Amino acid sequence: MAVSVNEAVSAGPARDRTPPARRRRGRGRAVVETATLTVLAAVMLFPVLWMIETSIKENRDVYAIPAKFFDFTVTLDHFKDVFVASGGGPTTLSGSFLNSVIVAGVSTVLATVLGVPAAWAYSRFSVKAKKDQLFFILSTRFMPPVVVVIPIFLMYRQVGLFDTKLGLILIYTAFNVPFTIWMMKGFVDEVPAEYEDAAMLDGYTRLQAFWKFTLPLLLPGIAATAVFALIFSWNEFVFAIFLTSSDAVRTAPPAIAGLIGGTTVDWGLVAAASIVFALPVLIFSYLVRKHLVAGVTLGAVRR
Amino acid sequence: MAGIEVTALHKRYPDGTVAVEHVDLSIADGELFVMLGPSGCGKTTTLRAIAGLERQTTGDIRIGDTLVNDLPPAERDIAMVFQFYALYPHLRTRDNLAFPLRAEGLPKAEVQERVDEAARLMRLGPLLDRRPHRLSGGEQQRVALARALVRRPRAFLMDEPLTNLDAELRADMRTEIKHLQGELGTTMVYVTHDQVEAMSLGHRIAILNKGRVEQIGTPLEVYDRPASLFCAAFIGSPPMNLIEVELADGHLRSKSGLTLTPPPNLPRDRSLIAGVRPEALEVTEPGAEGSVPGRVVSAEWLGDEIIYVVDHGDQRDVRVRMPLNVRFAADAPVGLRHTGGPPPVYDASTEELVA
Ligand SMILES: Nc1ncnc2c1ncn2[C@@H]1O[C@H](COP(=O)(O)OP(=O)(O)OP(=O)(O)O)[C@@H](O)[C@H]1O
Ligand SMILES: [Mg+2]
Repeated sequence: MAVSVNEAVSAGPARDRTPPARRRRGRGRAVVETATLTVLAAVMLFPVLWMIETSIKENRDVYAIPAKFFDFTVTLDHFKDVFVASGGGPTTLSGSFLNSVIVAGVSTVLATVLGVPAAWAYSRFSVKAKKDQLFFILSTRFMPPVVVVIPIFLMYRQVGLFDTKLGLILIYTAFNVPFTIWMMKGFVDEVPAEYEDAAMLDGYTRLQAFWKFTLPLLLPGIAATAVFALIFSWNEFVFAIFLTSSDAVRTAPPAIAGLIGGTTVDWGLVAAASIVFALPVLIFSYLVRKHLVAGVTLGAVRR
Repeated sequence: MAGIEVTALHKRYPDGTVAVEHVDLSIADGELFVMLGPSGCGKTTTLRAIAGLERQTTGDIRIGDTLVNDLPPAERDIAMVFQFYALYPHLRTRDNLAFPLRAEGLPKAEVQERVDEAARLMRLGPLLDRRPHRLSGGEQQRVALARALVRRPRAFLMDEPLTNLDAELRADMRTEIKHLQGELGTTMVYVTHDQVEAMSLGHRIAILNKGRVEQIGTPLEVYDRPASLFCAAFIGSPPMNLIEVELADGHLRSKSGLTLTPPPNLPRDRSLIAGVRPEALEVTEPGAEGSVPGRVVSAEWLGDEIIYVVDHGDQRDVRVRMPLNVRFAADAPVGLRHTGGPPPVYDASTEELVA
């Protein structure tokens, strides 16, 4: 025992001679790296930080020259203004947020409900001209919304979908279904068909087999896909501004854009509204971030 | 339990691929029937058609007395084990086993009893509470087998169930499957492209090639008298030597002069090919009686025997299986002679067995 302790002690200093140097060099490098990253992050995040600051500054501090970075009075009035009108009661902006929630939520659910089974069918069954069909589905995404918005505007006016939430929901669903099919097909391909085969031999119908075995395995993929679809519908601007005219239907992006313009701009309100607008997507992505990463890599890695 | 009757099976996939050209199989009740063939010959397709996972284009499938063409897999009462084991990943072993039984709506007590019995048969006791990702390949395979057992189906279908295991485990599992099948007496159709597996497992073997059955027979029949040149080249390791021969004054003679005993009733005026097993040839000292001169090209030492590749002046070199006590150096001049009985002889143009 004693011998081994002695050995360990005597070996100690000798072994330690190089590591401190390396450790010091390592620490130096870490400092440089951290500093560089901090500067980069500060530059990148500055607009966001500025937005947050503006949203909690009093109006006179917002317009102060030179700009005040730290010594301003904190107020939550702008956030209150987003939701509560000056005479009491909800603002039109809050109505727009509600519209956004409804339109983005419903269109995402619809796209998922339609797209996931379709992706499953494309993955599992032999469909005539499958490749051409899939390419056609994808091709609907090649076109930028601006290109189709005028014809759709005219059609919507004819069929009475102009300036309705249903109209927006339908157009967002139409844009998200192809995306959902493509993304989900990758996920379904990853789940071996043998699970369903085994389940069918065990006494289930094909649909039950899909529902009970494949679907649970697809949940991470569905979560990731739905978040992307949700972000698209939530952020969409072009259709929203062309296909709505009334405050009752307008979603948040055009409503917030509408705050800018006119003679004076209430930057505090714009900043606060933007933060309120950005938060749900951030929170949602944060909650499903594990699935998001798992989903994205699962879809990307081919076996 | 039931036999399986496959009549004139033809399967063409929607993309135009003909996976099964024409297959007739008649599998007896309680038989361990092996389908053997190279990759892409339609084994899996045939099996999936029997299971009902794939609808055949034409042809009939009967399980027992029932015509099952239009029955969904769930109503055919068969169990299948896949090459990829397809254990439900979110279920523990116990629940994986119980699953098919719960699907049938069996009472809890009976489910428990059957799961325990299958677990005992496949020695899964300590694994019952694990999920599949925490099982080794061999263990997963045992669970997959057990899951097939619990249902007590009318037949088992096995699609290359041992491919993913290492050689040693594969040999063990082979023995286990054979033993189990004998014990239960349930009809089993076993698909493999490994001829050793086929020979050691099957009561009978069907050799498939390009969507057709080339031969059906016991392992011995298939080994001794391959029905076609394809089978001759497929069975045995190394496979038969295929030697071009001519019938002359009561003997079969190769171009090099190697003489073989002819089987009776050989048709004349055709070019013939004899199938000679490596163990039916003998490497001798040069000039030994009845031998033709040759030269050792190479020697593969397999532990308990040596495979000599011998050039005897024919187009193709022959392989000869010899015991260890006879040694020839590479490149040594040797003699070559035939020692066995009459070999199977094939028509060179139809590639079929003629005698
Ligand atoms: N779903 C499918 N669509 C189109 N062609 C297919 C499909 N499945 C299999 N094939 C084709 O049918 C042929 C037979 O396939 P099958 O899977 O039955 O072969 P196999 O004998 O099981 O081969 P292996 O030993 O490689 O498993 C192959 O040429 C294959 O490419
Ligand atoms: Mg196969």
